[in-house]
Amino acid sequence: MSARDLHGPGAPWGGAEPGARSNSDFKVVGQPRPKVDGIAKATGAAVYTDDLTFPGMLHAKTLRSPHAHARIVRIDTSKARALKGVHAVLTGDSMPIKYGVIPWTPDENALAVDKVRFIGDPVAAVAAIDEDTANAALKLIEVEYELLHTYLDPFESLQRKEPQIHEDKKGGNISKSVQLEFGKVEEALAGAEVVVEDDYFFHGSTHAPIEPHCAVATYSADGVLTLWSATQITHYVHRALARVLELPAHRIRVIQPCLGGAFGGKSDPFSLEFCVSKLAMVTGRPVKMLWTREEVFYAHRGRHPMHLHYRSGVTKDGKLVGVDAKILIDGGSYSSFGLVTTYYSGQLLTGPYHFPTYRFDSTRVFTNKPPCGPKRGHGSVQPRFAFEVQLDQLAEKLALDPIEIRRRNFQGDFTRTVNGQRVTSNGFLQCLDEVESASRWKERRGKLGFGRGLGVAGSMYISGTNYPVYPNDMPQAGVQLKVDRSGLVTVFTGGNDIGQGSNSMCAYIVAEELGIPVERVRVVAADTDLCPVDLGAYSSRVTFMVGNATIDAARKLREKLVAAVAEKWECAPARVRLIEGLAIDLEDTARSMTSVEAFQLAETKFDTLGSTGSYNTPKLGGDYRGGTIGASPAYSFTAHVVDASVDVETGRITVHDVWVAHDCGRALNPMIVAGQMEGSAYMGLAEALFEEHDVNRFGLHRGPSLLDYRLPTSLDTPDFHARIVESIDPEGPYGAKEAGEGPLHPSLPALSNAVYDAVGIRLKHLPFTPAKVLAALREKRAAASVPQGVR
Amino acid sequence: MRRMAEYRLEVNGDSLDVSAPDHWTLLEVLRYRLALTGSKQGCDKGDCGACTVLVDGKPWLACLTLARSVVGRRITTIEGLLPAHRANGGSGADPVQAAFDRCGALQCGFCQPGMILSAKALLAKTPQPTRDEMREALSGNLCRCTGYTQIFEAIESAVASELGLKPAARAWGAPPVSCAARKDGGA
Ligand code: FES
Ligand code: FES
Repeated sequence: MSARDLHGPGAPWGGAEPGARSNSDFKVVGQPRPKVDGIAKATGAAVYTDDLTFPGMLHAKTLRSPHAHARIVRIDTSKARALKGVHAVLTGDSMPIKYGVIPWTPDENALAVDKVRFIGDPVAAVAAIDEDTANAALKLIEVEYELLHTYLDPFESLQRKEPQIHEDKKGGNISKSVQLEFGKVEEALAGAEVVVEDDYFFHGSTHAPIEPHCAVATYSADGVLTLWSATQITHYVHRALARVLELPAHRIRVIQPCLGGAFGGKSDPFSLEFCVSKLAMVTGRPVKMLWTREEVFYAHRGRHPMHLHYRSGVTKDGKLVGVDAKILIDGGSYSSFGLVTTYYSGQLLTGPYHFPTYRFDSTRVFTNKPPCGPKRGHGSVQPRFAFEVQLDQLAEKLALDPIEIRRRNFQGDFTRTVNGQRVTSNGFLQCLDEVESASRWKERRGKLGFGRGLGVAGSMYISGTNYPVYPNDMPQAGVQLKVDRSGLVTVFTGGNDIGQGSNSMCAYIVAEELGIPVERVRVVAADTDLCPVDLGAYSSRVTFMVGNATIDAARKLREKLVAAVAEKWECAPARVRLIEGLAIDLEDTARSMTSVEAFQLAETKFDTLGSTGSYNTPKLGGDYRGGTIGASPAYSFTAHVVDASVDVETGRITVHDVWVAHDCGRALNPMIVAGQMEGSAYMGLAEALFEEHDVNRFGLHRGPSLLDYRLPTSLDTPDFHARIVESIDPEGPYGAKEAGEGPLHPSLPALSNAVYDAVGIRLKHLPFTPAKVLAALREKRAAASVPQGVR
Repeated sequence: MRRMAEYRLEVNGDSLDVSAPDHWTLLEVLRYRLALTGSKQGCDKGDCGACTVLVDGKPWLACLTLARSVVGRRITTIEGLLPAHRANGGSGADPVQAAFDRCGALQCGFCQPGMILSAKALLAKTPQPTRDEMREALSGNLCRCTGYTQIFEAIESAVASELGLKPAARAWGAPPVSCAARKDGGA
């Protein structure tokens, strides 16, 4: 059955309209329940990459560049090699083939070849009997550098062509540039009642998962390389290893153990994965590399700093007529996902509001800083911040309630955006209603007294993308099921569980479809030898795609079970229902057998029991170059209201409460969905108030530690109130869409808008430090003290 | 080059002989000598709390503790809770561990061994903590996933079950609303 016919006659509930099916009709789905790996995590039994040890294992360390931009003139590793306990030393020439997560822009080397491009760029790697010896060997490596001009300002990278950070790249230091226009923006803005034009700045931030990157490799005597890595993209790492190590892919196995957080920070192939693999091949021994916290900051791939210019116009009723954006993106030193980031910065803004005309001009440039990449809400959190603040500015000019202007511009469900993206279910209005009533917006906004205020913002995000990073027509997600005679069903999925709970999701679906308890489902995930390909945990694709693939596989299996039981009972298959560990006859409920008996019956009738399932998106996207980037089979929608106060003496902002309403289609487990919503809102506010990933004038990271880069503690984090909205998407698994990234977006603009409500200053430059708040307050007082008529 | 030290540690009720480089931290000894990998390393410099263990019942950063310096002290790691609970006649996991599982507090789980031990220490001192007391007690344990709310709920749930109360059920947006009823597009 095609995964897109999920709610057809094959549905276990007999093809009822999906929307007509309430959560109480499900036995497993829709209820809060523990995760399949919860108790293992709670008891310390869960195995993460650094928990692995092998006999004879060596420890590896990386030598990094102390210069932001330099040519490598000479490397001498002889003294390091001579140190007792050192087993191998690698430099760039041992792995000269370039790679990159996007196949069109391979510009990274496992270790620098000829040049270094940021402070922290990997230059050499050592494997030794222990970490102390490896560290001592690093000090013995001599590297002579010839310094080059350092680019730290993206505006300079835009103008200046020499020296080039990537010499083989056409177009100076520009990484990617996209200009797209939909409709006639200038004409539309000329006819607008009110136009607001303004500049916004989004700073850099990083993921900071609590688990640092770690990888372990073994190379067997018969030439099979096995890599365990803290990655969220097993499949792409598999491909990259084959390319760089020049090994056939069938001789490589990549396994993701339990993962200690990622948020997009582990979705590129990283230097350490190649280094431990090569070192294991060279030495014939297992090799582990665990990055220090400092190294995790250099690896980065965090949120791109963006300079954003927006010009939007509305009619006198507050309806948008046109939006015009110009964005400069600071990419740091490598491409990473940058091609996609550049498109996303424009393509993902066209909902939940109807844009009659739209234009964006986005350019990503290289600078000599740690490379940027995809952080939770990839490429779209920054423009969303700018636009949602601008929407408040427009509402103010028209004296419209900020929630009302958002309602008036709602695009509707089952529609198409101005840039050609198909939107299906859309619960954005419900989200607005929820946060409006839960926060008591009508009674409280504007009435909290000077210093305290409420702000709102909305957003939209993709549930997966129909653009696989390398073009192919094979399934984007595959799942395999295997049945044991004991009644146990094992799910094999390439999906990466990064803490979001995707393994649990697979188990819930199989239990639901086969009518067995969740405890009878085991999940084996993210092991390239055992599991069918899934593209990985990015772009919020896993629930949607792996979920649909799991349903597909489970229904194929169910068909066999039902056929075997029906044959035994000599009745029509439609009478057989699998539920609560039993097969029952719907017309004669006294007749039943256990699911174990049903499994054995089916194995006797058919063969060894198993099934496969897959998912591929339908053809989507606008009919123009880049039109498929940002095209998603479904979009999630969010609204936040933030309640914050501002201390006008110190400039400190305190967030009291955040109401988060999110349309996730259907909550397959509301407890997990709420956790994603709260974690997202937390991460957004952390960026707004606490965190800044930046370098000093030499290109040196300002504070690569969890003390300097301040993550909010439990004392700094406000109360979150998650409100789940279910729009039941026609193509999502049981109607589900994403919940892991969308709910981050509105945090930042909603806070800025709350500060405006509190003290009348517009914060347009992130992060909102006390110094910026005080400066804005001073500016406002100065403006107010100028006598009327003079200005 | 390196000097080795030999000593005996009291971990989870066992006396264990250790031979390790004399500069090794308690975290290194636990993870790489005693194979007690439940204690995690997030920063190795006292900033994150992932390595929290209990020393004589108090939360303690194992990454900042020289292993030799806690000879003779009572060390509890995350691996020690379930067996201690069973030894006291309990079933399943330790009630706090079970509550973290039940309440969705475990996302990636990497911060949680430390978090759960900090929560255990809090509950030993303050059996019915307020939210503010929880915030204070857990402020040395960074969690990057949850936003802390479900962690507080887990502690409240553990307290409730300890008192024999039915843990308060959470309203998930009370109840999830379907947009199907609003196909007209609302406003
Ligand atoms: S590892 Fe000890 S505090 Fe981070
Ligand atoms: S659960 Fe991931 S860091 Fe706390």
